[in-house]
Amino acid sequence: MNFLFTDEQLELRAAVRGFLAGKSAEPAVRRLMATEAGYDPAVWQQLSDQLGLPGLAVPEEYEGAGFGYLELGVVFEEMGRALLCAPYLATVALAAEALLRCADEAARKDLLPGLATGRTIGTLALLEQAGRWDEAGVRTRAHRSGANGSGWVLDGSKRYVLDGHIADLIMVGARTPAGVALFAVDGSAPGLTRTAVPTLDQTRKQAHLEFAGTPARLIGDEADGWRVIRRVLDTAAILQAAEQAGGAARAAEMAAGYAGMRVQFGRPIGSFQAVKHMCADMLTEAEAARSAAYYGLWALAGDTGDVPLAASLAKVYCSSAFCRIAGDALQVHGGIGFTWEHPVHLYLKRAKGSEAMFGTPAYHRDLLAARLGLEA
Amino acid sequence: MDIEIRPEDQAFADEVREWLDSHLTGEFAAHRGVGGPDDSAAWDVRLRWEKELSAGGWLGLTWPPEYGGRGATLAQAIIFEYLYARAQAPYRVGVQGQDLFGPTLLMFGTPEQKARFLPKILAAEEFWGQGFSEPDAGSDLASVRTRATLDGGEWVLDGQKIWMTFGTSADWMYVLCRTDPGSSRHHGLSLLLVPARQPGVQIRPITNLLGEGEFCEVFFTGARTRADLVLGAPGDGWKVAMAALGVERGTLLMPQQLGFEREAEHVLELARGRSLSGGPSLGGPALGGLSHRLVDAWIAVRLMRVTALRTIGELVAGRAPGAQAATSKLYASIQHQRLLELATELLAEDMTVTGAGYALESLPRAFLLSRAETIYGGSSQIQRNIIGERVLGLPREPR
Repeated sequence: MNFLFTDEQLELRAAVRGFLAGKSAEPAVRRLMATEAGYDPAVWQQLSDQLGLPGLAVPEEYEGAGFGYLELGVVFEEMGRALLCAPYLATVALAAEALLRCADEAARKDLLPGLATGRTIGTLALLEQAGRWDEAGVRTRAHRSGANGSGWVLDGSKRYVLDGHIADLIMVGARTPAGVALFAVDGSAPGLTRTAVPTLDQTRKQAHLEFAGTPARLIGDEADGWRVIRRVLDTAAILQAAEQAGGAARAAEMAAGYAGMRVQFGRPIGSFQAVKHMCADMLTEAEAARSAAYYGLWALAGDTGDVPLAASLAKVYCSSAFCRIAGDALQVHGGIGFTWEHPVHLYLKRAKGSEAMFGTPAYHRDLLAARLGLEA
Repeated sequence: MDIEIRPEDQAFADEVREWLDSHLTGEFAAHRGVGGPDDSAAWDVRLRWEKELSAGGWLGLTWPPEYGGRGATLAQAIIFEYLYARAQAPYRVGVQGQDLFGPTLLMFGTPEQKARFLPKILAAEEFWGQGFSEPDAGSDLASVRTRATLDGGEWVLDGQKIWMTFGTSADWMYVLCRTDPGSSRHHGLSLLLVPARQPGVQIRPITNLLGEGEFCEVFFTGARTRADLVLGAPGDGWKVAMAALGVERGTLLMPQQLGFEREAEHVLELARGRSLSGGPSLGGPALGGLSHRLVDAWIAVRLMRVTALRTIGELVAGRAPGAQAATSKLYASIQHQRLLELATELLAEDMTVTGAGYALESLPRAFLLSRAETIYGGSSQIQRNIIGERVLGLPREPR
């Protein structure tokens, strides 16, 4: 294993970077983060139709491009650099991944092509009031319904649902008598109330969802839901780690760029070791974050038994590194970094907004401690 | 997550494994894992082992056959060093010549110099010491004051060098000298090749914090060497010395990594024992606040492996190494110290005592040795300057 991207993957990186330089420059990010929907449907369509990004890692039989997680990781890293405002993480890392991992071929055939082509925006609704990312946190109830008991309805509430206010397809973890199961709910289903929630990281939107007798489609087996969800969370943590590594690298670059041109005491502040060494430490940590994300991507690509471990590792390291780097980048910018006008706070907020998602670093450190045999 | 052995290198890897299996036996096997870049333990056994390696043609793998090398590819050298370290063969005593001086000589030496010195390095017959630092020229290497003047057909050296690793075993030294009396800073320097065993050279071991003497101070008082034994042109010493410090050591990444991983596993074992027995020194039945720090230390060691493999992958593919190649020394040296600091906390009271004669157990010994890692080869502060200036393009500070 050499963690070396192929020439084709490097070309993909350049193409995505070029696309985002045009479509997700700072003015676009600021315009979209102020909207309730939080994304530009025209850009979403372009990145779907021209670049095929939502279906990049979806097999061709479901109208995807048939590439893998390494390509997806490249895309997430670039989107993280550019702070792209789009429901990509929710659609690709959550909804599409859930369908790919479930044991329900009919559902895959019905639902995955829409996600892969970008016609459908998807998400996963898992977290509830208690804010727990484990199986015990799932309290939303699923009941059989209909004349012959062939259908299902959901009752309960989900919180912090990524792009839940605009998703056309909501994958939901809910409890049946047999265990936690995965359901698909239409975004316009009766009995579904969606409330967009203002977010700290305005480049990424959330909603609270209320289910009251909401019709739902059971995906796979009644007792098989948590197996799928656990894998989805691991995958999402790794792909988000790539996004975080991209954001961290960009924040470190911004700091070094500013330090090289901001003059105080008659010389650029980056010539002072106090500032220069901060910039060097940021780059060092950003490169380690890349290694953490790549470890996860290669584990996914090889489908090794390492995935849960790699996911926790990537989650812990990239979340913490992005927060530290974004904070230090802001520090290097001094007073201007504390303003709304300067973009560095957007990276700090993205770092904070993503830190707890798919499990806090402390939760994943607990998981790793248990794996390493370090429990009390 | 391992190094990649390409199909064309499979036979080579098999040959390495077979040779190690059949030769790393007896007293050599009894000294598995012994030694380090600045650890002279069991020198005599390791010297015999080095002769064994030389006879097998395993030294200077990538060097041209005309100088005693094997003409192997970089990928093969990486495979060899990896399998060598995995077998825990004794750390080689000749690394100063094999990994630092030799590659520099290959870059800048005349055909005569190469023919004279390279085969002796690979025969484990001549050992080299690096004479760069001085008492007043450490991180600020350009302020060297050791001077050399031509007297007839010879250079005559006067001055003092310090921190020469394994200096007492050196037969030759490559010494950065001021050869232009009126010069300053990085102008007017030359790199001279000087025989160590002569009246004008006095070598004194410096006792390090372990109570051992691996590095030395060297005094030159009218020491002499032939006029043609200058590496590169006279006056080009700075350029040659910088190249020597920048020699690509991608082959050593995985051996160093394997050492870190063994230590990390050792530390985790210690922690597991603590968490089961509930040692009172940790204040309770659990590891308390240490478990998350242990996780972070374990993560860091894992990330070092990924980073090393990224750099190796780029080198083997012939790509220019990315920024991680420049940041990895800073990262690894600091994280390695953190790991061993944790080890000392886990050892608790056991850390506070030694054997007779200041004999140290492996982790306390590693803890103390690790303090050098953020100093040698460019201190962490110099590393940050280099990263800031050469990678990030930040302006130099006024000097």
